[in-house]
Amino acid sequence: MSIQVSSIRKTFGAFTALNGVDLHVPSGKLVALLGPSGSGKTTLLRIIAGLEFADEGSGQIQFHGVDVTRVPAGQRKVGFVFQHYALFRHMTIFENIAFGLKVRPRAERPAAREIAERVRFLLKLVQLEGLEGRYPSQLSGGQRQRIALARALAVDPKVLLLDEPFGALDAKVRKELRRWLRRFHDEIHLTTVFVTHDQEEALEIADEVVIMNQAKVEQVGTPQEVYDRPASPFVYQFLGNVNVLRAQALAHAGAHQPHAGALESDGRVYVRPHDIEVIPHIPGAPGMAAVLRYVHAAGPQARLTLEQVQTRETIEVEIARSELSLLDLKTGDLVNLRLRQGHSFADDYAI
Amino acid sequence: MASAVASTLSSHASGSSATLRATNDPAWVRWTLTTIALLFLTFFLALPLAAVFAEALRRGFGAYFSAFADHDAIASIRLTLLTALISVPANLVFGVAAAWVIAKFQFRGKSLLTTLIDLPFAVSPVISGLIYVLVFGLQGWWGAWLIEHDLKIIFAVPGIILATTFVTFPFVARELIPLMQSQGSDEEYAAISLGASGWQTFWHVTVPNIKWGLLYGVILCNARAMGEFGAVSVVSGHIRGETNTMPLHVEILYNEYNFVGAFAVASLLAVLAIVTLVLKALVEWRHAQTRRSS
Repeated sequence: MSIQVSSIRKTFGAFTALNGVDLHVPSGKLVALLGPSGSGKTTLLRIIAGLEFADEGSGQIQFHGVDVTRVPAGQRKVGFVFQHYALFRHMTIFENIAFGLKVRPRAERPAAREIAERVRFLLKLVQLEGLEGRYPSQLSGGQRQRIALARALAVDPKVLLLDEPFGALDAKVRKELRRWLRRFHDEIHLTTVFVTHDQEEALEIADEVVIMNQAKVEQVGTPQEVYDRPASPFVYQFLGNVNVLRAQALAHAGAHQPHAGALESDGRVYVRPHDIEVIPHIPGAPGMAAVLRYVHAAGPQARLTLEQVQTRETIEVEIARSELSLLDLKTGDLVNLRLRQGHSFADDYAI
Repeated sequence: MASAVASTLSSHASGSSATLRATNDPAWVRWTLTTIALLFLTFFLALPLAAVFAEALRRGFGAYFSAFADHDAIASIRLTLLTALISVPANLVFGVAAAWVIAKFQFRGKSLLTTLIDLPFAVSPVISGLIYVLVFGLQGWWGAWLIEHDLKIIFAVPGIILATTFVTFPFVARELIPLMQSQGSDEEYAAISLGASGWQTFWHVTVPNIKWGLLYGVILCNARAMGEFGAVSVVSGHIRGETNTMPLHVEILYNEYNFVGAFAVASLLAVLAIVTLVLKALVEWRHAQTRRSS
């Protein structure tokens, strides 16, 4: 089921959480709402779920073309997974998952045997068979997360919404679980929206990434699109590390610029650390001269911190470890830097 | 109780000789503090309690039980139970409603409401009683209207129940507000998103989560409702056999030099208090158990 959000506004007192947000989530896709805290992403998710309502007189929420703006949460056929799981602490896992079925009006409620079957099926789906009798507090964070997912799926939702699904987990479990969620989504093909502030997470598993900032949507696109062609300096900086350099300095240093045409309106160039080439310093050769200040080589890639000779700007560069050993550098050495790729923006995007 | 204190103390003492502890006070400090605490407990709690029973039983069990055969004594016990039976459930409902509103919603004047809930604790019970006299009394705001309609509130049972309800109002609410605030509203939201109605959410999610706090609040509320003296004294009018609760009856008997009768009724109140405390301890213990297992 597709989701259409049109010009939704939400204010909390003087604070504007969403300022006329439009969004389209195609049916069956896994979409990430990505943004820093306070950007309005969780509010948007809760408004889609019906746990929060948009300001009076603002736009609409449609599920598959049907207006649900005023429909209460329980009737929207939405599965919601909370950041801290919100499992019912006094109920067993079985009771937690069965809850959504048991609270149905008598006429629609499945028989006890059917409910038990459904619970068992869902536990198998999230790979946690045999935990029916446990209480939420007896499970690990990752297990609770999957139980919360099973509970949300029990009512057969048409849309699945997850609020910071991996936020409360440690780094290793987080990685495993997000890959599991991707495979899981490929199996069940349920329209899914998840909120995250972790760009790596969003870029890794989402079909489409919606980047939000200051109550607005900044950019929508596939992970590759938003990473390679950021629509604004904010997106550029939010999706990974970036060097912001003054264009004149580059021109002066004779560096070649692939996007030189766009440079005139804005004085800055955005370059990813891995898009900078480090070559031995030869006086007069093209490239900008920089002094190596610090080498951080613990990791798959070496991270170099350099200082540009002319402008004294700090530049971060990432190169392969093998390349670093070929260059045979020490801190304080002079090198030449060349840009493989850079990006610049028109003035109205200036930060 | 004394033996329990002593045994924890000795286990600490033996533990401290084996391992170094950050809070390692010298033995004489520990013993002095413990002795002071025990002496205090003996003189201010254990002795008076023992005295109540000793005085009540001074003329033997016959005199003791005959104190309860008295018509006025029975009436006072009945009135006390009736008062508790009405004001405790009333405060249960008010307390849950107030705590719910304060813990789960954001609105203007919330801190004012929170402060108002504490008002009955803050003012002297006598003032609480006087408020009702001022409002419902003969010379009060609604006095004339009440007489016209032949309704008696002050110097009658309704006044006693009102005053008791007012004085005991904060117990349940105070107990629940921090509990509900710390639990947040996520579980309620989860229930609603799963299709539960407000009523189902309340009974299946909210109540089980607050039941121990609720029970604790109710027990304390009940203890106070049965023991309240000041506010009730002002609105009661002290009509024997009609508007005297147990604490008031004790006072009357005492003033008439009927010490055995006074202490006998007092001992019954003391027993009620002890039962309440035992129940409270049990609830706390059960709560700790469920928390540990969860």
